[in-house]
Amino acid sequence: MKHIAAPADTGEEIGEGLLIRRIKNGTVIDHIDAGEALNVVKILGIAGTTLESLSIATNVPSKNKGKKDIVKISNRELLKEEVDRIALISPNATINIIRNFKVCEKEGVEVPTMIVGSVRCPNPGCITRTNEPIKSRFAVLPGGKGLRCLYCDSVISKDITSYII
Amino acid sequence: MRHTSHPAHAPEGLYTHHIISIGDFDRSAIDRLLDHAVQIGKNKYDKNALDGKILAVLFFEPSTRTRMSFESAMARLGGSSISVSSVEACSMAKGETLADTVRVVSGYADAIVIRHPKEGAARLAAEFATVPVINAGDGAGQHPSQTLLDLYTIRQSMKIDGIDVALVGDLRYGRTAHSLASALSLYGVRLHTVSPPGLELPPGLVNNLTEQGMEIVVHETLEEVVNDLDVLYVTRVQRERFPDPASYFNVASSYRITPELLARAKKHLIVLHPLPRVDEIDPRLDATPHAKYFEQSKNGVPVRMAMLLDVMK
Repeated sequence: MKHIAAPADTGEEIGEGLLIRRIKNGTVIDHIDAGEALNVVKILGIAGTTLESLSIATNVPSKNKGKKDIVKISNRELLKEEVDRIALISPNATINIIRNFKVCEKEGVEVPTMIVGSVRCPNPGCITRTNEPIKSRFAVLPGGKGLRCLYCDSVISKDITSYII
Repeated sequence: MRHTSHPAHAPEGLYTHHIISIGDFDRSAIDRLLDHAVQIGKNKYDKNALDGKILAVLFFEPSTRTRMSFESAMARLGGSSISVSSVEACSMAKGETLADTVRVVSGYADAIVIRHPKEGAARLAAEFATVPVINAGDGAGQHPSQTLLDLYTIRQSMKIDGIDVALVGDLRYGRTAHSLASALSLYGVRLHTVSPPGLELPPGLVNNLTEQGMEIVVHETLEEVVNDLDVLYVTRVQRERFPDPASYFNVASSYRITPELLARAKKHLIVLHPLPRVDEIDPRLDATPHAKYFEQSKNGVPVRMAMLLDVMK
């Protein structure tokens, strides 16, 4: 992750109301590319019935980007693997760690040079799609233009989200 | 440059050289290996260079030429071979993983040659083996030893730099075409492709090649390009890619290489084919100076001898 200065408020005010309340402890994922919040939630492994305390805002106004998404999750700090996966679909997102209502850490995500075990190869004939004791490995193409499987050379250049495990 | 890996379960500090993909080579490494093969082809080699060494031949797909030429290459260098000829004949039939198989076989041999139906299988084998691994074909992926002998055969007739090469046939699933196209991009070759609809070169590969500066010209018929070519590389169009026999015969006949088709071709044009051929090349072509496919097949031995020496010496 790359460090970003200036901790910020964690409540999102839209117009006169507060769209998403502040959380006491947990993580706020801000500046998610508009429309990608549900995919971020998927990356966090949250689907169907859940006990997690979660807030999602989609397509809310953003000074810099016009629109953005926000995800807040209580009592959880993200693993590096989760942050790397978020970087793949939203490279401008920021991760805010909240402790006792305060932003203790605020960092941007960084697209890694290699993705291990997080993405399924689209090639059904790839050795990684078998029961071999290996994790998928993808090189991130220059400029983040896609991913290349290091086993079979298949390239994912669009709709990366649908291949995230 | 060869692919070098630290085996997943080898002691720290032990590194092994493998030949997995033609993409792992730069041009100077290819030329060096082919120069060595030329010397071997002139009978200038140590007949006992690999005396006492054992090659494990793990073929999980059918093969005649590749398998036999590796075994012949090993024998000519004074070594011996042990083999598995199918999934049914080994513990993989009991559910053993390829990773475990190559770890076990590493204890029996000094190098492994592997052919496997899954793409990336050789790369996986290299990660788990503690001896050198040579890829002898993985699914529709890579077949570096075939590519090296293809280049060797072209070099016997002409300089590779700047020539016009056509790839004909099934270019989508044909691993020999993929590997050769990648290697030719290192030599400033102008590439022509002629293939049935749906069996064109994969777009990802075309993008890679054009980004490397390769000029690729797509043709609908052989007739429109054949007289401009230096090398005509023919691959088999497989019947199973077509919905019915009539469609297959219709397409196959339009890609058939005949003496009449080559009537006005360049005199030095050579016709290559990784073999086996079915209907792609008229047998009447065999007697013409254009036909180099049997020579090409024979060249598998000196080239694979050079490869074995490269990883085991």
